[in-house]
Amino acid sequence: MRYDDPWYDALASGWAESTAAGVPEPRAEQARRAREEQAAADVYLEVQRSAAFQEVRRRYRRFVVPGVVVFLVWYVGYVVTATTAPGLMARPVAGAVNVAMLAGLGQFLTTFLLAWAYARHARLRRDRAALDLRWDTQELTRSVRGGAS
Amino acid sequence: MTDHHQTLALLLFSVFVAVTLAITTWVSRSRHGSAEEFYAGGRLFSPLENGFAIAGDYMSAASFLGVTGLIALFGYDGLLYVVGFLVAWLLVLFLVAELVRNCGRFTLADVVAARMSERPVRIATGTSSVTVSVLYLVAQMVGAGSLVALLLGGTSQAARAWTVIGVGALMVVYVSLGGMRATTWIQIVKAVLLLAGTVALTVLVLLRFHGDIDRLLLTAAERSGHGDAFLAPGLKYGGSWTARFDFISLGLALVLGTAGLPHILSRFYTVPTARAARRSVLWSIGLIGGFYLMTIVLGFGAAALVGPEAVRGSNAAGNTAVPLLALNLGGGAGSTGGTVLFAIVAAIAFATILAVVAGITLASSASVAHDLYASLRRRHAKRRGEVAVARMASVGIGVVAIALGLLARDLNVAFLVGLAFAVAASANLPVLMYSLFWRGFTTRGAVWAVYGGLIPALGLVVLSPVVSGSPDSLFPGVDFQYFPLQNPGLVSIPLGFLAGWLGTVTSAEVPDEAKHAETEVRSLTGAGAV
Repeated sequence: MRYDDPWYDALASGWAESTAAGVPEPRAEQARRAREEQAAADVYLEVQRSAAFQEVRRRYRRFVVPGVVVFLVWYVGYVVTATTAPGLMARPVAGAVNVAMLAGLGQFLTTFLLAWAYARHARLRRDRAALDLRWDTQELTRSVRGGAS
Repeated sequence: MTDHHQTLALLLFSVFVAVTLAITTWVSRSRHGSAEEFYAGGRLFSPLENGFAIAGDYMSAASFLGVTGLIALFGYDGLLYVVGFLVAWLLVLFLVAELVRNCGRFTLADVVAARMSERPVRIATGTSSVTVSVLYLVAQMVGAGSLVALLLGGTSQAARAWTVIGVGALMVVYVSLGGMRATTWIQIVKAVLLLAGTVALTVLVLLRFHGDIDRLLLTAAERSGHGDAFLAPGLKYGGSWTARFDFISLGLALVLGTAGLPHILSRFYTVPTARAARRSVLWSIGLIGGFYLMTIVLGFGAAALVGPEAVRGSNAAGNTAVPLLALNLGGGAGSTGGTVLFAIVAAIAFATILAVVAGITLASSASVAHDLYASLRRRHAKRRGEVAVARMASVGIGVVAIALGLLARDLNVAFLVGLAFAVAASANLPVLMYSLFWRGFTTRGAVWAVYGGLIPALGLVVLSPVVSGSPDSLFPGVDFQYFPLQNPGLVSIPLGFLAGWLGTVTSAEVPDEAKHAETEVRSLTGAGAV
């Protein structure tokens, strides 16, 4: 399903039409188009301010920001420790396995765990609300642009 | 090496080339020549397919040949690469995959340019994307060269040069004729082959040690001559503080670079929705994580069974550890098992290089045609023209990559990939993060973020010991080395972020509130996504 969309119109043809000696648009047509663009922009502002969108954004950020901080700190800490305190990393734990090996495998484990947690969080807490917002927004932009395309 | 090796390896490799060329022809038979088809393969791949394709794009010769070689030579310090390569995917999953799928169309520049004055941003982002791709391509070409040198006896420079040229020519054929659809299928075939080969070798290594990983590690440590130090960090990146900072720099580049790699970003556009993009990243994290766990076993296995001396003797940078390990596992040089296994592994490594090279070439030709050509040309042309430009661009990029690949042939493949990651993290990541998450970001900020990361990153590499001033450099005869680190990431990544911030706060442009709202709504909901 495709929609005529100002976002991509600008990319696909905007620069070409404005710089090329294309057919000049009648002034009334230009004004109508500008009004439509403005109306579409207002739709996005309106959706952005809506409670439903703020909730989706809040849920996304509340998971992602701590998640990114945790894994970056854990990873950078691992790298810095490996380079500055090799003695600590070389301490044996069991057999040939030392602290460094455990930390390395720990990085693998946390990566898998965080990826799984993110996917679960997105599926349960975000997907449904985001999809509803998507259809609503598309309905709104379509109606201000003069009916179905 | 005996003739049997060569014949069998070449035969297997020819089969792969034949199969992939068949895929390309079959796919291009029904192609429409639209940009949608050429850059994004029609956007109808399933998450599973795309997950394999992403893994195929990412598990390059650098990992298979370079990282295992580093582990075989330096023990634990090689393992640090693997961790960075994998953890980077969390950043992609959390901050990039879904949002980029929702707001972009074909390239990184699409996401950034939507909020900004289009022309300067597109030119900047296109330039940096092409630069990253070319650096990454060189790494793969060098891998191909080392492999052939091993296969044909190590001394034949002409054969090495011809391989690099042959790989370049093949990739141009795949990309220019088959576009994204053919490239994706080639990635999938290659990912399956590579994983199968890695699983087989890992099982053989573990069988050799009766499943006792402890003994594998101890044998590797003993054989290396370094004892327990082999299993702890510090052999390669210990000692001087320069080396330590170099490693921290590399670690940062690895974890932040993946999210800025153009050929990875373009893969998210081959699936229909953001949700499918997320699920493909999950698949690829599983596949890539499993693969890297196995490369650790292979690296230590090569140290234990082949020994660092033999590895270094075959290729000073360690790029040939895995093929040598295969030879050993099959029963040693001259035995049938060894010959067969060696040939299979060599063919898989070739396939890996070809597929990755095709993926990168496609992404960079998309940047050339969709971003650079579209912004720099003057006259109006139809969409079809853009795809034609992309096809031609792939030829030009192939030529550049071949030339640089011949020049850089003695550097370690994993190390070269580290450089490409550093440039990606410095030039592409800041602009992408700012445009997705910063309300006040402006055009000047975007342009400065790209050039403020790209120019220092490249400049520092030129001034580093990689290029001049040490016996291992590209130009050992001259000395214009002023920057001590081999990897510029530690300096250039913060510079990229800083330049973006500075450009934004100094520009007179008032950020467009509505455009930011549009980006935010689109990126999180998928409204209006193609």
